[in-house]
Amino acid sequence: MDSAAILPGLSIIDQLPLLAVVLPMLAAPLCVLFGNRHIAWLLAFLASLFSFLFSFHMLLQVMDGDVLSYHLGGWAPPMGIEYRIDAANAFVLMLISGISTVILPYARRSIAYEITKVSHTLFYCCYLLCLTGLLGVVATGDAFNVFVFLEISALSTYVLVAMGAERDRRALTAAYDYLIMGTIGATFFVIGIGFLYSVTGTLNMVDMAERISTLEDNRTVQAGFAFIVVGMGLKAAIYPLHLWLPGSYTYAPSVVTAFLAATATKAAIYVLIRFMFSVFQPEFIFELHTFKWILMPLAILAMFAASLIAVFQTDLKRLLAYSSVAQVGYMILGISLASKTGLSAAIIHLFNHGITKAVLFMVVGAFLMRVGGSFTKYLNGLGKQMPITCAAFVVGGLSLIGVPGTAGFISKWVLIDAALQKDLWWLAVLIVLSSLLAVIYVWKVVEVLYMKQPDETRVLKEVPYSMLVPMWVLAIACIYFGFDTDLTLRSATVAAESLLSGGIK
Amino acid sequence: MRHHLLLRVITKLLVGPILIFALYVQFHGEYSPGGGFQAGAIFAVAFILFGIVFGLDKVQEVFPPWLVHKLSAVGVLLYAGTGVYSLMLNSTYLNYSSFSPSNPISGQHWGIILVELGVGITVASVMVAIYYAFAARPPVINDEEW
Repeated sequence: MDSAAILPGLSIIDQLPLLAVVLPMLAAPLCVLFGNRHIAWLLAFLASLFSFLFSFHMLLQVMDGDVLSYHLGGWAPPMGIEYRIDAANAFVLMLISGISTVILPYARRSIAYEITKVSHTLFYCCYLLCLTGLLGVVATGDAFNVFVFLEISALSTYVLVAMGAERDRRALTAAYDYLIMGTIGATFFVIGIGFLYSVTGTLNMVDMAERISTLEDNRTVQAGFAFIVVGMGLKAAIYPLHLWLPGSYTYAPSVVTAFLAATATKAAIYVLIRFMFSVFQPEFIFELHTFKWILMPLAILAMFAASLIAVFQTDLKRLLAYSSVAQVGYMILGISLASKTGLSAAIIHLFNHGITKAVLFMVVGAFLMRVGGSFTKYLNGLGKQMPITCAAFVVGGLSLIGVPGTAGFISKWVLIDAALQKDLWWLAVLIVLSSLLAVIYVWKVVEVLYMKQPDETRVLKEVPYSMLVPMWVLAIACIYFGFDTDLTLRSATVAAESLLSGGIK
Repeated sequence: MRHHLLLRVITKLLVGPILIFALYVQFHGEYSPGGGFQAGAIFAVAFILFGIVFGLDKVQEVFPPWLVHKLSAVGVLLYAGTGVYSLMLNSTYLNYSSFSPSNPISGQHWGIILVELGVGITVASVMVAIYYAFAARPPVINDEEW
């Protein structure tokens, strides 16, 4: 090793792929060391903010199809671990760190209500670790590293969900369910990686993709694919594997639910996309069959069954949780079309649904803080008592349905476009029909908020500004991205192109 | 355990050698089998054994819970900090060679030793923290009521 190769003399711009992931990881132990909840909040916010700025800068760098490659420890891939940023991950990185940055100011007052003060420092520590894990899963180009980060995010998520136990003891069983299912998912994923490693002898995704491309008929590769799809399917809550989701979303503290709903399943879907389109070739017969006979039927089932279940929920949080399962269905549907437009539909819905669900769950957190519960019977007539909060719910609800002029419309539009390109007109009809189910469950809540007589005996005031502002930042983002699709649609298209052009080059 | 003279004497004899053996495994990690994780686990075993025989209060006098929590963070910070230090030297994250550009091999040694020390501290304190968490739980049924 000559010293020139060892000391490349990197500038701060070259370090961005790493810094975006490492900053939250550094902040987490610092929170514990300082042991003060105000400092912990500040650290979390700063780490998250800088992570967002770095991700955004990277997205601008890779918008024209470039790839940023960062070699950890100076070990060149395929031997060393590589962080590999292209349009697809930069976009998801931006979503995750951006949502986290908006949610943290909201978190202060919300957890002050839902969690005892003693645990606040540890809450921020776990939150940062979860953020690190999710960012790492997305940033890395090493298959085993994905698993490591996946576990970091999952383990901290279990703790975060269990913190809801102070308000409702059922959070403990929900967290335990999630623990079992999440662990099974991660185990399946790592078994799949093990199979692929045994065949290819490499863990670097680009290298793996090259070696797999000639191994279509290899049984071990096929088994590895099956394990990875099922494992990630559990993490992403694809319809029959979604059972952990309603419980943990319902009983977790509101901040955690808003954060997880907007980011955790999205990271899992990103990994699924990365493996299906970059590591494995979408032209493989077994993969095409998976798309056509497994993923598409399940996606359609999710769109209808989960939406139908959502219609009959009496707890607003659980209603939105089932709606999340249905929305994951749309993303999987986009993936299963295996076309450029389909893939961009999945990626853009990932973003649009992320911001939409974050608004809705933040509103639920605000309701919870004022009326003490999220059952619809507590919410009668809140539209008159908390008008600003309820208006945010309406905006989020419209975006969830996919009304023109909101972010949700754009993703449904691209998805329908993708279906029509494949001459699947019946699929386009099904997408519209399932959106009608969303109309029903959103209307159900709007009716409760605005049409029912409020309980005059209770005096309610709006939640503090530190909660209202983040909520409305995202609500306005829902509308903004419904009109200005330059950033979202362009990144999603570039991402889909780079994913489909023979994988990560 | 007041009556178990043998257990108490043997434990007192063993705690010291266990700690030394842990340090041996720790600082041989970069040459021979061993390293931070194993060393941390062995180090924690000394405290857990002491706790089992002499009681939770006694072991917490030696190694109070607040210290356990802080140390588990210190270890992670040491690991991550080693990486940040290499960033400050204008190199990639955790590129140990940058610690001593004239002699990269010795830089690699220093890097590994620091990182393994971080791992060892965190593993030892997390193991002890888990033991404390379980041992400090109030029994569901009181011993007298059996």
